Amino acid sequence: MVRLHTEGIKPPRALWVPFELGRPLGLPNDAEFQKRVLRACLGLLDAESGPVLEDYLEDIPAGSAEYDFTGMSCPIDLHPVPSNDSELTNSLVQEIGQIAPWYELAVDQRKRTTVGISELDILDAARFLIDFIEDPSSPSPRPEMEVGPMLKHTCEDLKAFYSEAASAQPGMSSSLAVENWLWNETVLGKVLWNFREEHVDDSDTYIGYLAKRGLIPDRQI
Amino acid sequence: MARLEDIPEGEREMLKALPLPSFETTPFVKGKPLSQRRVSILSTAALQKRTDKVFYRGEAGYRVIPGDTASNDIIMAHGSVNFDRSGFQQDLNVCFPLERLHELVKEGFIGSVADFHYTVQGGLPPDRNEDAARQIAGLMKREGVDTVLLVPI
Repeated sequence: MVRLHTEGIKPPRALWVPFELGRPLGLPNDAEFQKRVLRACLGLLDAESGPVLEDYLEDIPAGSAEYDFTGMSCPIDLHPVPSNDSELTNSLVQEIGQIAPWYELAVDQRKRTTVGISELDILDAARFLIDFIEDPSSPSPRPEMEVGPMLKHTCEDLKAFYSEAASAQPGMSSSLAVENWLWNETVLGKVLWNFREEHVDDSDTYIGYLAKRGLIPDRQI
Repeated sequence: MARLEDIPEGEREMLKALPLPSFETTPFVKGKPLSQRRVSILSTAALQKRTDKVFYRGEAGYRVIPGDTASNDIIMAHGSVNFDRSGFQQDLNVCFPLERLHELVKEGFIGSVADFHYTVQGGLPPDRNEDAARQIAGLMKREGVDTVLLVPI
């Protein structure tokens, strides 16, 4: 993943790329860009001797929406995040309703969604999360899955629902723009921050791991 | 891969301190011309079909993605939150470039694309996935694959 590791492990052939983690081919929805990366990578198979570690020199184009995320804000117009935590349940359900049309637009455009790992309807996912926050003894909605992993999948589905909706907007394809919006401007972000605060000191439990390392990206903490 | 300096400090220091496996040899073989090669993808993104058993936290093992799987049937179960998922949400090819490989076949750049592709969950000590790697290699050989495109997430 990082050049340092490749230098140490010395695989027969490797192409180092400068793109952010999660986007090894560089740009989504740019077939020519992706194929240039692939041709460079597969072209290493023609090397006469190795190990080979080459740097891929073409970066994400400067000035593109992928790169220049400064000053962007999500055009999805949401109600303000309530300051009173007791209002979060209703606000989260209401917010999901506001986001749903954009999510449906994204699914329609892409003909796919990545939501679904929890196997819960998105509103049921939100209700389970709120139920757990209000009462940590709440049962898993899927009896065959323990509460901890169920919460993880539930939160990943909720984040994906929001992220897919937001990234369908013009100028919102940069990962940081989507992420900053989700974690700083939404009720879901506020709920998950509260979850972290409540459980970050739980030791030796899945819930503690989730709060510390399994929900919020390090670059937001 | 990514620039180390772009990774948040905590994660960066953890990555810098990771113990790496060492090997006594550095195997290297030459093969057929690219235009005759059969390529299979091995991803570390814990991708899986919707109907697969979900990768659990820290699970070593693999899932099979048949080449005719609809992109809407592929989801991601990786436990880490420290890489971008929005690119994957917009375009599966940004981390699992199956469509791009088929286009490279049409261009004559590579010979063919395998019928089956594989995923594991990265972020584990590499030796924990040795059994999975050996099984995947055996399956690929049986299918006549001579080139593996390893795509880390």
